[in-house]
Amino acid sequence: MIFNDFNPLEDKTFRIIDNDGKVINNELLPVLDDETVIKAYKAMLFARTADEMAISFQRQGRMYTYPPNNGQEALQIAAGMIMRENDWLVPAFRELGAMLAKGVSMKEIFLYYMGYEEGSNFKNANHVLPICVPIGSQLLHATGIAYSVKLQKKDEVVFPFIGDGGTSEGDFSEALNFASVWKVPVIFTIQNNQYAISVPVRSQTKSVNLAVKSVAFGLPGIKVDGNDFFAMYAAYKEAFEYSKAGNGPVLIEAYTYRKGAHTTSDDPTKYRAKEEELEWEKADPLKRLKKYMEGKGIWKENEEKLIEEYKLEVEKQFTEAENFRPYPLEDVFRYMYTDMPDDLKRQKADYEQFLKWKEIRK
Amino acid sequence: MSVMTIVQAINNALDIKLAEDKSVVVYGEDAGIEGGVFRVTEGLQKKYGVERVFDSPLAESAIVGAGLGMALSGLRPVVELQFDGFTYPAFNQIISNVSRMNNRSRGRYKVPMVIRFPYGGGINALEHHSESPEALYAHIPGLKVVIPSTPYDAKGLMIAAIESDDPVIFMEPKRIYRAIKQEVNDEKYSIPIGKAKVIHEGTDVTVVAFGAMIRECQKALVMAKEAGISVELIDLRTIYPIDKETIAASVKKTGRIVIVAEAPTSFSVGAELMAIANEEAFLYLEAPPKRVMGFDTIVPLAKGEPFYMITPDRIFYEIERTVKF
Repeated sequence: MIFNDFNPLEDKTFRIIDNDGKVINNELLPVLDDETVIKAYKAMLFARTADEMAISFQRQGRMYTYPPNNGQEALQIAAGMIMRENDWLVPAFRELGAMLAKGVSMKEIFLYYMGYEEGSNFKNANHVLPICVPIGSQLLHATGIAYSVKLQKKDEVVFPFIGDGGTSEGDFSEALNFASVWKVPVIFTIQNNQYAISVPVRSQTKSVNLAVKSVAFGLPGIKVDGNDFFAMYAAYKEAFEYSKAGNGPVLIEAYTYRKGAHTTSDDPTKYRAKEEELEWEKADPLKRLKKYMEGKGIWKENEEKLIEEYKLEVEKQFTEAENFRPYPLEDVFRYMYTDMPDDLKRQKADYEQFLKWKEIRK
Repeated sequence: MSVMTIVQAINNALDIKLAEDKSVVVYGEDAGIEGGVFRVTEGLQKKYGVERVFDSPLAESAIVGAGLGMALSGLRPVVELQFDGFTYPAFNQIISNVSRMNNRSRGRYKVPMVIRFPYGGGINALEHHSESPEALYAHIPGLKVVIPSTPYDAKGLMIAAIESDDPVIFMEPKRIYRAIKQEVNDEKYSIPIGKAKVIHEGTDVTVVAFGAMIRECQKALVMAKEAGISVELIDLRTIYPIDKETIAASVKKTGRIVIVAEAPTSFSVGAELMAIANEEAFLYLEAPPKRVMGFDTIVPLAKGEPFYMITPDRIFYEIERTVKF
């Protein structure tokens, strides 16, 4: 088991390709045909293109605060390729690639960040929970889902995500403990992108790494180079087989880097050095995978043309989101309860009276 | 005197207290290097060092729980929780320990602690960034709950909060963090906790509000004046201990009360104010007390939020209906 070979107590990091795309661990290189590798790269490229466009739409004032994903595509797409239709994705709020892989559309993502709750109602994605902003709380939901899966003898695995900062929340430890005690099929991913807004991971924990947090709760854990698509894929594959077979939960620390800001409201120049960003640029997950493909001679696409295609697609979905119906008053109320209580009906009716008054006053 | 925003005024209050009282410490998520996501603590770490102004790991329960420990042992912590909707992981520490330690220890252990956080809607934010949970905290015996509406009040109330030997929930109206600029004394001054302020005298109807809603009420007052209605506007400033005298005296004078707040209507501070009007001025009432408050719903995301937010015309609409009742 890879997990046994990369003991987090010894601070080992599982890696398959280096920054130049050269295979440094051939023995553990997952067996994937060229087509699949190309598909993975394209998915990463699409996620990055969409993410960059989202940031620019936000800057144009066409949507609100948005959390960029740039730099974290490899781990998200690797997870996306392992997850089956009935497996559960339980996101925090920086899992664009994984959400797209599960069938969430950019239109829905845009709707959400334009301020429509409707953007959390994923029409074509099965078993994807809405974005969960209260840090770390979603891990417990994943654990509960996994209990339900086990009790109902379903063939489903649960994939919750959390950031490095989130590991300091009590909910993180509680979720790992419950999942371990219940021996349920959860694959916890920590996207360690080095920062919780401005706070670096070294100020967040004195643990030698984040994967080591699995040890105390009695579940396998591994620190993986999160910008290495192959390592992430291999780790997820093994974790998936392990959990699916009824062995219980697994913790994966995906060691990566948030190349952009925490959100479009954040300014990273306040808390980190340019040199650090440049250093991490060398480990960019897309560049690494492309170098690998080029080295193998399997990348023959015109990337610029591809990006243009993706841009058109994203633009189309953005336009659809921008032309979404106006927000009706009804939508403020109708999903609060299965059956709307009379008091809420009255509040709505009172407000409609006010709107009439306002109309007449015009 | 200096012209300050609410952000600057609170920063100034923290600065003054950090300088004069070595027991004051300031911390929270991103409160150190970055100076908080709204920059309320900006520059303080540089000035007072990382031992007194610092970033904590990301855990609200720990921020408050550890702050309680500090408060029990000689420090005066001023802790920051990043947003209204992120205070709930700390709720257990607040309701189970912070609010009770004085009573539990029969006065042996005081809790001189301030828990401050930005609150309220109207900024097109994501979920959990637009909430007004003042009633949740005011309902907990043992806490003081303070909400300023101006830079001047923010500074004076923050100084009083830090000097209080009881725990204070200090809620900052983020929507007007930088929207209002005002001349503020550079020197230290404090504003007593528990005292409301009549900010506009009138005779026809009492309007009670606090935080960001004061500004909306002032706009509604202009409309009311045009309609020939004389409004008495009270800024509550402290939610608890609530200033019954000021409210009762005003309602006795005007015979009418309209309460304006962003939080959901039911079981709210508005409900408490209506109770006060009924209990303290029942025989003076000429119209039913009225609440202009949020729906009993989640604050909608940006596209639906305009329905939810209380606007000057809606305040005026209810003022007029109450006066014409």
